[in-house]
Formats: sequence, structure tokens, C-alpha cells
Amino acid sequence: MGYPVVQGASYILAHAPDLVQYGSKPRREIPKDPELLEKIQSSLRDFTAAKDYPPHQVFLGNREPEELWEMEQPWYENALQNSPRKGKWGEIFPEEEFYGWLKIADQFDLIHYTKEATEKIRAALSDHSLVEPEDLESLGEGDSEDQIKNFISQGALELYLKGDLIGCIRDGHDEDKNLTADILLENLSVKTTGFLAVKSLLENIDQKEEDIAFVINCGEEGVGDRYQRGAGNLAKAIAEMGGLENSTGADVKAFCNAPMHASVIAASLIDSGVFDHIVLVGGASMAKLGMKMQGHLENDMPIMEDVLAGTAVLFSKDDQVNPQIRLDTIGKHDVKMASSQQAILSALVDKPLQNNGLTIFDVDKYSSELHNPEITVPAGSGNVPHNNYRLIGSFAVKHGLLDVDELDEFEKKYGMPGFSPTQGHIASALPFLGFARERILKGEMTRTLFLGKGSLFLAKMTKTSDGMSFILEENSNSTQ
Amino acid sequence: MFEGKKVMCIGERDGIPGPAIEKIIESAGGKSILSLTQCFV
Amino acid sequence: MEDQGLIKKTVDEHGTEDLMVVLGTPDAESAGIFAETVTIGDPAFSGPLAGVQLGLPVYHVLEPEVKEAADPQVFEDEVSLMEISLDVEAISKEVRRFREKIKQE
Repeated sequence: MGYPVVQGASYILAHAPDLVQYGSKPRREIPKDPELLEKIQSSLRDFTAAKDYPPHQVFLGNREPEELWEMEQPWYENALQNSPRKGKWGEIFPEEEFYGWLKIADQFDLIHYTKEATEKIRAALSDHSLVEPEDLESLGEGDSEDQIKNFISQGALELYLKGDLIGCIRDGHDEDKNLTADILLENLSVKTTGFLAVKSLLENIDQKEEDIAFVINCGEEGVGDRYQRGAGNLAKAIAEMGGLENSTGADVKAFCNAPMHASVIAASLIDSGVFDHIVLVGGASMAKLGMKMQGHLENDMPIMEDVLAGTAVLFSKDDQVNPQIRLDTIGKHDVKMASSQQAILSALVDKPLQNNGLTIFDVDKYSSELHNPEITVPAGSGNVPHNNYRLIGSFAVKHGLLDVDELDEFEKKYGMPGFSPTQGHIASALPFLGFARERILKGEMTRTLFLGKGSLFLAKMTKTSDGMSFILEENSNSTQ
Repeated sequence: MFEGKKVMCIGERDGIPGPAIEKIIESAGGKSILSLTQCFV
Repeated sequence: MEDQGLIKKTVDEHGTEDLMVVLGTPDAESAGIFAETVTIGDPAFSGPLAGVQLGLPVYHVLEPEVKEAADPQVFEDEVSLMEISLDVEAISKEVRRFREKIKQE
């Protein structure tokens, strides 16, 4: 039996334009500028524009990442025509359906929609392949408009669809700052998108729900109450909603680097024989909606951070077919190491490759943090994957294996354009996992290195950063 | 040029983080009075 | 730019005399935004430094002036690879632009 394998990965999006105003940045800026809310609302994309947006079609698996390099930019002005809602890895959900799933995820009667909205949502959801009859039942009948207004007057947070008030979410507790309506909306968004990613994963894979023994959530949100902030365990809540009856789970937290830690932990639990099948899940970061809106508004762009994203991966014991996680080549950023980018990438790329007798060129593709540059560049935060690829190439330059002038070429061959929504951990390397698995299975690639980094300093507990990497490789025992 | 100067080190996650800038300006005789690292993602 | 409040607070505490700013941004565009913020004020006009002209001398850590002043070994260990991978010339040009702007005033 060899190292654990990746059986599949899913990626979903939920278009959430009416929630943009509740992102952390818009929420702080709107009270300062009376005209801002209207500016935001007139700069939002409709569902078709979000669906046809080229990076989203790549995220869902309908296009290859490298195709983006060939497409004219700005991509938001050169949308694909009539692209499908569903891709190889998952689908994009319209806001209406997302609201439905959000209500289904709510076990504490926090979310209330009007009767009219409830019927609309029920109708929108009723034909969906993931919906069970009991899901539609749990939508209930809805409340009267007076009742909704009454909740809102008592402090509930309004929920809108296409600008119309359709309901609200209530506080979970009178005094607990950790259970206010806005925080619970964020947390339920994680649960909902995580659930949709898990269901989409299992829909595409020949593995039964009852076989899954453990779920690891690597999302950034920390759920909890005033006595145990961030205490978790969203993994189990998602497992429950996804019908993984034989599973329990736990959350792994490390900012954007959590997916890397979670992948290594999942593979290790399988390698050691504790569990056979583990699902990794990461739900959305609602707080990051509209985070870089100021840069977008200044450049007369649509607000690009208008989607919530979710991802799930199934790790399994060696099946002698699927690509394996090389547990002997894990790269990690240790406490003693400097937190400069070159120190981090040396620990994640250069050292693990060297220790195993590999060069930079023995990896076919590097999957780094795949943030969509069209979102980050106008806001002055640079092209993250581009900078990462140049830095990885610089190690080859330093070793005398590459000329500085060849860095662009290096990026084209060993890298890819960023195509992921800037939802923190979501962009952290895993968006290429579906493609990597497929290309390795087809014999087009042998090896991909995945790397993530985490901004631990944001929590003010340490000034250090974090980073981890792993290699996904063609199955050494493959009989095919 | 940093001798006797107070320096605010404003780093960035995807560029050079605060602590790295701090080390460099301190090696040049400056004194770091603020070191932060911005993160946009 | 987030953290503008922290920068303003530090300036209020220490005064602007003998105070400098050194940036670590990854490209010319972001270097320009940061340099503008600590010299002539927040270009987005939304943060605590909107309309506040701090007029501080600002450098990027990869600029030749900083490299010359630094211990070569520390520079090598911390940022030598960033020097290869980032567009130092474009970054320096942008930061210099704001440095010269405040000199003229």
C-alpha cells in the first residue's frame, strides 16, 4: 500500500451580490459615505455576468487555467457567451438558491423570509439535483411582511434579493457579541457553501457517503460563543448537513494556510491507518465580499468580490490508480526561519525538492496561491501568483539553472494565471487540484507541487508567517 | 542614511513583510518604531 | 490601505522629525499607493490619512539607497531573491516620484 490518494475535488460558487454590503469592508465604509451604498449597488454584476466570467468558468472546471492567458483582458469585459452553470468540479448557484440552502442550514430559526420569497425560493430549488424532499419542507411557509418588519425593528439584519427586502436574520443571543446576526450570517454562509461543495464532490465521485469517516474543515471563520470564541466544529455541522452519517470531524485553523495543513493531516490519518476516507472542506469567507471594492470603484469596474466559494476534496487510501500525496516531501516553514517570502518559498519549494534529489524543473506545475489578479491588481495588492512564480523561478536563477531573462518563460511553463475568487483559504493552491489529478491520470503530468502561506501576524499573536507544501504525484503502483 | 532615524516599516505579505524590513533598516542603524504587514487576500 | 490609523497614531506619538517610512510592496502600483498615502494623503480619500499630508521621506526596501546602507549579509538573507523576482526599477521610480514631490513643497 502506497501513500494516500486524491479521489476528487469539487469547487462551487454562490453569487451573492446582495450580501456584498455585509462584507467587512463595505460594512465599515457605508456609514462614512452616504452615497457609497448606491455606488456599490449600481456596480454589481448580474448572475449571467458572474457565470460567464472567464475565471469563474475555470474555477468550475469548464476551461483550463492556461486558457485565461489567451483570453483578452479585462476578462470582465470579455465574458464567455452562454457558458454552462455547471462545470466538471461543481457549479455556480444563483443568489436565490443560495438563500434557500442558507435557510435549510439554519437549525435555530434565525433566518426568516416572507411567504412570497419562500415560494420563489422553493420553486427555484425544487428541481435541483442536490435537493431532497425534506429540504423543501424545512423552508417552511414563510412569515408575513409585518412579522419580518417586526424582527427588523428588534435588531434583525435585513436580507435582500435583487435589491428587494425578502427577509432577515435574527441575533442568536441578546448579549453575546459572537452570536450577532451578522456573525451568524457569515458562519451559516460557511456551513452552506461547505455543504454544497461536499455534496457536489460526492455527486461526482464513486464513493458512498457512509464510507466517509472524518471531515476536516479548513475554512477561515471561527464559530463559537463568548466563552469559546472560534471553538468550532463546523466540520461536523457540515458533515451532518451533508448526510455523512458515519463521520465526525474537526476544524483546522491556520489562516490561508489551513488547506495545506488540513491536506497533510488528512493524508497522514489515512497513511497511518486510522481512517480510509477523509473529506476536506472549506466554505466561503463572507467577510471578504467587497474587500477591495474601493480599487474596483475607482477604476470603474464592477465589484469583483461578489461570489462566495466552497471547495471539498476526498482523500482515500491508496487505490493504485489516483495520484498520491508524497508524505516524504512535505515542505514547512519552521519557527526558526525568517518570514520573508524567500525564506518561506525556500522552505516550501527549494528545500523539499533538494532533499529528495529533485530540481525545480522536476515539478510539472506549481500551484501557488491562485488569487485572480483582476481582483487584486486594481486595489494595489499586486498579482499574487505571478509574484510567486517569479520568486520560485528565482531559486533556479540562484542555482545557475535559469537566466533572469527566462523568468517569464518559466512562469508560462510551470505556472498558471490566478483564477480563484479572493476568498483567502479558497485560493490557497487547492483550486488546481482537480486539474492536477485529471492531468496526472491522463499521463500529461507527473508531479504538481501545492503551496500555501498564512498571514498569522493578522491575529496579533506573533509576527511570523506560515507556509506548507506537498507534492501530488502519479501513482507509483498504478496498474493502468 | 538611517543612522539616528525612526522608521515605520510597512511590509506586505506578497512583497517583503514587516519583520524583514525591520532587520534590514536596523542593520543600517535605523530604529524601527512600527512594523506591520499588510494582507489583502 | 488598511492600518492607516496605526500609522497616524505612531506619527502623533513620535512626531515627523527624524521619521521615515520604508515599504515592502510587491509592485509599482501598490508602492505608489502606499507612498502617496504617507506623503500627500490617502488617494482613496477614505482612511484616517485622507487629506493628511504627512510628508514623510519614503523608500522601498529594495531601492539602491537602502541596499547600500544595509548590512550586505542581512540584505542577502532577507530579500536578495525578491530583488531578482520583483521589478525594482519600476517600484523605485514610483516611490521616488512621491519623495521628490514632497521635497519640492
